[in-house]
Amino acid sequence: MSECTPSELMVAVAARELKDHDTVLVGVGIPNLAANLAKKLQAPNLVMVYESGAVGSNPTRMPLSIGDPCLVTGAKSVCSMYEQFAYYLQGGRIDVGFLGGAQIDKYGNINSTVIGSYKTPKVRLPGSGGACDIASNVKKIIVITPHEKRRFVEKVDFLTSPGFVDGKEKWKLLKLQGGGPYAVITNLCTMKFDDVTGEMMVASLHPGVTIEKVWENTPWKVNVAAKLEQTPPPTEREISALRALDPSKTYLG
Amino acid sequence: MSTGKLTTMKEAVSKYVKDGDEIYLAGFTHMIPFAAGHEIMRQKRKNLTLCRATPDIIYDQMIAAGCCKKLMFSYAGNPGVGSLRCFRRALEKGVPNKIEIDEYSHFGLSGRLFAGATNMHFLPMRTNIGSDLPPQNPNLKTVKDPYTGDEVSVVPPLKPDVAVVHVQRCDSNGNSHIWGIIGEQKDAAFAARKVIISAEEIVEESVIRSDPNRTLIPDFVVHAVVHEPWACHPSYVQGYYDRDNEFYMQWDEITKEHDSTMKYLDEWVFGVENRQQYMKKIQQEKINKLLPKPCMSAPVSYGSV
Repeated sequence: MSECTPSELMVAVAARELKDHDTVLVGVGIPNLAANLAKKLQAPNLVMVYESGAVGSNPTRMPLSIGDPCLVTGAKSVCSMYEQFAYYLQGGRIDVGFLGGAQIDKYGNINSTVIGSYKTPKVRLPGSGGACDIASNVKKIIVITPHEKRRFVEKVDFLTSPGFVDGKEKWKLLKLQGGGPYAVITNLCTMKFDDVTGEMMVASLHPGVTIEKVWENTPWKVNVAAKLEQTPPPTEREISALRALDPSKTYLG
Repeated sequence: MSTGKLTTMKEAVSKYVKDGDEIYLAGFTHMIPFAAGHEIMRQKRKNLTLCRATPDIIYDQMIAAGCCKKLMFSYAGNPGVGSLRCFRRALEKGVPNKIEIDEYSHFGLSGRLFAGATNMHFLPMRTNIGSDLPPQNPNLKTVKDPYTGDEVSVVPPLKPDVAVVHVQRCDSNGNSHIWGIIGEQKDAAFAARKVIISAEEIVEESVIRSDPNRTLIPDFVVHAVVHEPWACHPSYVQGYYDRDNEFYMQWDEITKEHDSTMKYLDEWVFGVENRQQYMKKIQQEKINKLLPKPCMSAPVSYGSV
């Protein structure tokens, strides 16, 4: 295994989830790196879509924001904000959406709005942005997050973006067109979701990580998939391609 | 060239922006009209309802300056950097004054503008269902789909009193060419009751008519036109100047305290009379760094009889 940082490991593992010709709704930072890495490796025809309306971008630098001019120059198309949400997301044309947040719970619900109560917040976070819209409409939601106890909670303080809400049975009744949460990738493991209950479960342990270590860092005893796998370690090729994307280590430090 | 609706930012704001107005300074990251925001602050407008999908630094400044009564938004962060500290200080601690919030997702807020621009009764959309936001915002309602019987989320139209839209070029009457990230500029212009356009360049009407597909905003929805180069710094204008990402990162430090924020505003907003004076304070070296290399599109022919 190539020596790598926890961030590099997460990005390399996340990039493997993207297939050639997928359309992926990308945020800045870590998800942007994962998408660009996949494009350099197994998915040269990946279509990167940004909620700012840039479609099929070929960024020549790491954008600080999703509205960066480098996402426009050389893109396939640029549309208005409303059109991006209406034609692309609601139109059902996005395969994968990357989301992040301050809290995620066992049904993959995400909080990016507030810690404490909405009316009297302890910490006010930025809010949904496009996250709720993305969660409701993409075929697969992928979350990349450090595995920390404060981020994983049994129930989110505020449900900004729906995962399987209160479980898969009830979620089906909401008739969202999206496929719901697909994977949560941390520095310790990859978690997927039970087909029947919609509950998070450990699907694959990253190199050198035990299930006990995952439990120590998760506030509830997270379920384990029937067939628990070992994540193949990042290859030299993955790591060197990744480092070339973020030479100043803005996101991979 | 006819002078049309050409005026100064000072006069446009004085004439069209009133205390208590609901205003929309358009631009999704791109072409945020900072010059207009600063003039509104200098004219000490109060009790404004500030609407933007991303409040960004401009509304953070206006909140710190005490212009804001209510913030309508969908993402209140400094992208890639962190929080908007002035927004949080107002919301969490009431400094300099308490503000109300009216919160949506991006689809929800851009849908409200689209519904306003097209004069719809309301707009159905596939979002919000299952989220905790609708119980907190009485504007997020559901209706029964008359065709399938399903529960559908709807948003009401938004028709701001004033929209300010910055454009790359327009003629003196406000026929505007926009390219790059076009965000919600067209929707804001068509939704608002009064529209102020600021532009990098004022061109002859014949330049506009040479490429009508690029005209997102026609003159008859425009009330005032201001020639204001570099109006958007530290935001950017595609093909004209880059986003000043360094400043976006510095904003986090500048706004650590309300006092440090006010010190910045005293120097860069209240301490200058207009945009030209603001730009004179920025070092030439910095300006040179923000100038992009040209990257021309292939020309198209519209044909002619």
